[in-house]
Amino acid sequence: MTEPILSVRNLTATFGQGASALRAVNEVSFDVMPGEVLGLVGESGSGKSVTLRSLLRLLPVGGHVGGSVSWHGKDIVRMTDAELRAVRGGQISMIFQEPMTALNPVLPVRVQIEENLRAHTQLDRKGRNARAKELMDLVGIPDSARRLDEFPHQFSGGMRQRVMIAIALASDPKLLLADEPTTALDVTIQDQILNLILDLRDELAMSVVLVTHDLGVVAATCDRMAVMYAGRIVEEGDVTQVFAQPRHAYTRGLLGSIPQAGTERSMLLSIDGTPPGLAAIPQGCAFNPRCDFATDICRRTRPHLTGDGHRAACHNSDAVIAAGSPVKKALSHV
Amino acid sequence: MTVMSVSRLRRLPRAFVFGAAILIASVIVATFPSAFAPYDPLAMDYVNLLAPPSAAHPFGTDNFGRDVLSRVIHAYTIDMQIALFATLFPFIFGTIVGAIVGYVGGVTESIFGRVVDAVITFPFLVLVIAIVSVLGPGLINMYIAIGVVGWVFYARIIAAEVKVQKRLDYADAGRAMGYTHARIVFRHLLPNAITPAVVYWMTDMALAILLGSSLGYLGLGAQPPAAEWGVQIADGKNFMATAWWISVFPGFAIVLTGLGFSLLGDGLAEILRGRK
Repeated sequence: MTEPILSVRNLTATFGQGASALRAVNEVSFDVMPGEVLGLVGESGSGKSVTLRSLLRLLPVGGHVGGSVSWHGKDIVRMTDAELRAVRGGQISMIFQEPMTALNPVLPVRVQIEENLRAHTQLDRKGRNARAKELMDLVGIPDSARRLDEFPHQFSGGMRQRVMIAIALASDPKLLLADEPTTALDVTIQDQILNLILDLRDELAMSVVLVTHDLGVVAATCDRMAVMYAGRIVEEGDVTQVFAQPRHAYTRGLLGSIPQAGTERSMLLSIDGTPPGLAAIPQGCAFNPRCDFATDICRRTRPHLTGDGHRAACHNSDAVIAAGSPVKKALSHV
Repeated sequence: MTVMSVSRLRRLPRAFVFGAAILIASVIVATFPSAFAPYDPLAMDYVNLLAPPSAAHPFGTDNFGRDVLSRVIHAYTIDMQIALFATLFPFIFGTIVGAIVGYVGGVTESIFGRVVDAVITFPFLVLVIAIVSVLGPGLINMYIAIGVVGWVFYARIIAAEVKVQKRLDYADAGRAMGYTHARIVFRHLLPNAITPAVVYWMTDMALAILLGSSLGYLGLGAQPPAAEWGVQIADGKNFMATAWWISVFPGFAIVLTGLGFSLLGDGLAEILRGRK
């Protein structure tokens, strides 16, 4: 059994102080294995992006991270600013949802790539130059030598996301955090970017944590997935296992809401209601008001994640399993 | 190469081209006034006191028989210096303070807000006059007085702009890449935030010339017999009815230079907006 490279335990993210404090992320624990792609899935507001940002303590002002994030034997939550800066962008990199705004509009691409190299490597000017070009080639930007001197607005959305990835990969990180990297892109470009991330994962032997609300993306790219609801992980396991046999009613509902081509026509399932606000999370299982399987215990006690490998936090797992997976055929590609 | 430069020049806003032309000419005159002035600006000619404009003295002479044209030309040196020195310190200091305040926010920002309130409560000119009267008249003290008051305007503009910029994704991306705060503020946020301050700087230079002239007029800035437009206008005020040329021509010079800075500022704003 290999050791995980990132080990998250009881991670919480709190905003505000005292009685008005809101917990966006609650006691989240998971591991990331070397070379693995882990998908964090959930609706808007489920806490998946905040979880990802908390890993690098990148919360907006007023946000507070608790718990532990163990990285190479050190706890990121307790690191000093200088230690944290060395990890950020050097060992763990991040790419963002909006390639339109995540690049600095007034600096040429070359400067932005070389800046990461300057901050995290010992390369001299010549070395940085060569490495910048190499990175542009690596992420598949044609005519790299010329395009290095262009500004972000001269690139298309997909090309900008490639530039963003080039910057993120500049110092050979061992872990890439991707916050909905393809949401803002066309479907065809989306496919290219996801394949690029997968190729780079193999080539550079890094791990990826991918936040997305798109289960199709998860099916196509991830090895394991964790489903989040109201700031907690409700189900976690191998993608094939979870798709074949969801154990949490919420996961089952999510899977049922994916339209599927090539199968018999059937009604598209939807989950009634909306996710709860952070200030009004229901007692017991947070999902119980919207759940078809809910029983009395669901309204009283919060379920814990149970199981080995494939874990779920659901009192009525057996009933959910008995109901079967709504996915009729493997979603190998979407 | 030349063809490209010409076509590039054509694409620049007209205001920018005119403003730049006026200012380049002004700077040349300010640097080599003796090459343009027909007479010594301080030389007195008692035969030609208060002579109206003529071929020998195109702008006439003043009550000491000094050539008004030569004095207007030599005043370029002082007045262009005022435009630069009276605004450079406020621009640099205000920009740095504003960037830090906007980035840090919180208590720092509240304190800064009170300082700004305190300064802008007083009319600008009144405050500057008060400071100059304490320090004593003269150009250096005038620069100090304007600097003490002027930086808050730049700081306020930059702080507001940095506050907007720091919430954008690329600022987060900078943090995610492990860059230092200083690097994020000065390398990433400031270049994106500085446009309005640069445009304001151009207008401010025009205002500084007016202010310098006002203080010169009041006897608090450049001192006689130095050739400075405000001083010249003050010199002529007693002769307005009989020898209007002593005051009017320096007035034209002020208007022309001010126009140059304003046009340049407008043009620059247009160019920088277009780039985004």
